[in-house]
Amino acid sequence: MAQRWLLPALLLVGFGLAFAIPEYNLLNKYVQLVMMYVGINIILTVSLNLVNGYMGEFSLAHAGFMAVGAYTAALLTQKVLPVAAYPGLFPLAVLAGGLMAAVLGLIVAVPSFKVRGDYLAIITLAFLMIVKSVIENIDTIGGPRGIPGIKKLTTLPWVFFWTVFSIWVVRNFVYSKYGRGVLSIREDEIASDLMSVNTRRVKFLAFMVSSFFAGIAGALFAHLLQFISPRVFDIIKTTDVLIMVYLGGIASIGGSILGATVYTVLLELLRPSTVAAMLAWLPAVVFDPLNEYFIRHLGVWRMVIMPLLLVLVMLYWPRGIMGLREFRWFIPKRDLEAHHRQPAHGGNHGVAHGH
Amino acid sequence: MSEGIVYWLQQTLNALQLGSIYALIALGYTMVYGILTMINFAHGDVFMIGAFFCFLAAVYLGLPFAPTLLLTMLGAALLGVAIERLAYKPLRHAPRVSAIITALGVGIFLENFTLALAPYPKNIPALLENITWDLGGVSLSSLQVIIILLSLGLMFVLDYVVHRTPVGMAMRAISWDKTFVPLMGVPLDLIISITFAIGAGLAGAAGTMYALAYPVIDPYMGIMVGWKAFISAVVGGIGNIRGAMIGAFILGGVEIMVTAFFPSTYRDFVAFTLLMLLILVRPYGILGKPRTQKV
Repeated sequence: MAQRWLLPALLLVGFGLAFAIPEYNLLNKYVQLVMMYVGINIILTVSLNLVNGYMGEFSLAHAGFMAVGAYTAALLTQKVLPVAAYPGLFPLAVLAGGLMAAVLGLIVAVPSFKVRGDYLAIITLAFLMIVKSVIENIDTIGGPRGIPGIKKLTTLPWVFFWTVFSIWVVRNFVYSKYGRGVLSIREDEIASDLMSVNTRRVKFLAFMVSSFFAGIAGALFAHLLQFISPRVFDIIKTTDVLIMVYLGGIASIGGSILGATVYTVLLELLRPSTVAAMLAWLPAVVFDPLNEYFIRHLGVWRMVIMPLLLVLVMLYWPRGIMGLREFRWFIPKRDLEAHHRQPAHGGNHGVAHGH
Repeated sequence: MSEGIVYWLQQTLNALQLGSIYALIALGYTMVYGILTMINFAHGDVFMIGAFFCFLAAVYLGLPFAPTLLLTMLGAALLGVAIERLAYKPLRHAPRVSAIITALGVGIFLENFTLALAPYPKNIPALLENITWDLGGVSLSSLQVIIILLSLGLMFVLDYVVHRTPVGMAMRAISWDKTFVPLMGVPLDLIISITFAIGAGLAGAAGTMYALAYPVIDPYMGIMVGWKAFISAVVGGIGNIRGAMIGAFILGGVEIMVTAFFPSTYRDFVAFTLLMLLILVRPYGILGKPRTQKV
């Protein structure tokens, strides 16, 4: 089995690169920044996919959990932990952000026992708005002005570590006994109850894991952007993550990684400066007017192109790029073998059909 | 009249104005949901486009109020039908979530497309001569009267169309069943298009009135108003037309009263907490009926 040592080896190389790139400036600062955003977006997308893809709910609260994680971690590094003297304390702050978000995840998990579908979606929306409104009304944490001057503690190795960790946890969760429970809730909650799946415990776990990683991503995001305010975490942020989930494909870890990467990179590629850098080989006669045109117009039009692309993807691939499919890599061996014996597992049943 | 009562009456009037704008938008959400069980998240942005149509008609064509309103409603209705035909119809048999995400995409597209064409907020000229009457301390403007009466009028017309005409009967039939009703000769696509046209037209009317009441418009104005209207529809019981109107007036009332008696930043907090509690107690809304779950 050649694959046995392939994954650890790749991870080791990846980790080594994550350390080496910022240390020796192998790539320019902008590319490094984009890589960190890709990592954070992968964490957000994979964790939201657990609830929205695997469990078949429609949560809009992800930006709210992100805000909780971001504010918890930022307040810790600014006011409590002496991170200036001991930068090693930063992971504690990130962890605290994640745990705080996980605890608040219960606020959404408990109603989900009773309410499903569109109405649960509205409860998650209400949760998001309440989080934002509460932050806006507490003046000691900056109120609507937010927290400026957060230390830049998020580094490429940390983002790499948390990204790998979140993928590992979600992947193992999904293919565990509880993961089967999550899938069975999506297909038919009553039936899975009858088959003695403890749906409450499964929902608890799914919401807590999902919000935990949203909090982690928020904490990393805060220490990368160095400024947070309630406006950063509004419904538009949730929409971004939703787009990455459904672009990549529901119930697919590979799809989430792909969706987050494609969306983040594409948005960056459409920036005027990036396009200019890519076209720099053109002769000046052609390049200069083009560049001028892009600087003036591409900035706004790229935000028009992106949603249009999303709609086109949905029209031609309604399930997203990798919807309900998975890279062989993420599937455990026993499942692959079971797959060969009897095809159609998980099946092509409608996902999130009528409740 | 004592000062307290005057203040209450004044705020009630403001609540009626806000509630009637929410109601016009909420109707579009609830009608589309009733027929397609789909949340049309682009609807708030159709409202925003309505306000911009109003701006175009008033400034570039120099039209007075009535033609502006009609043109805006017509333009918004056409936009609604176009969105349905191009983006939602191909997804009618796809998973429900695909249609919702497409709607979100269409909404963001409309916002940013408008932003690309109109980067700065626009001022709407005063289309109506605004007279303010003083009724024992309560000030009542002619604009408020027009907004409230016009909205109520449109709602009565809609209620009549849905409950008393053949088209309305077809709409209700299709919301009941999409497989057999078309076999009885009801044109499915046409009725769905009419539903979108009516819903979007009402959103266009709401856009005009909003622009007249709060005369600075920008491409992102539809997001928050749209979500609030959506919440109104849910509070009333989504899919239920009369429920949407009641929900909108309740939400408008709560918002205005919270702002009147507490710091205005508590508005969203109170509104959304009430919403959350309501859904936990009565998940199907005020007028909605609990759907029996089949095993």
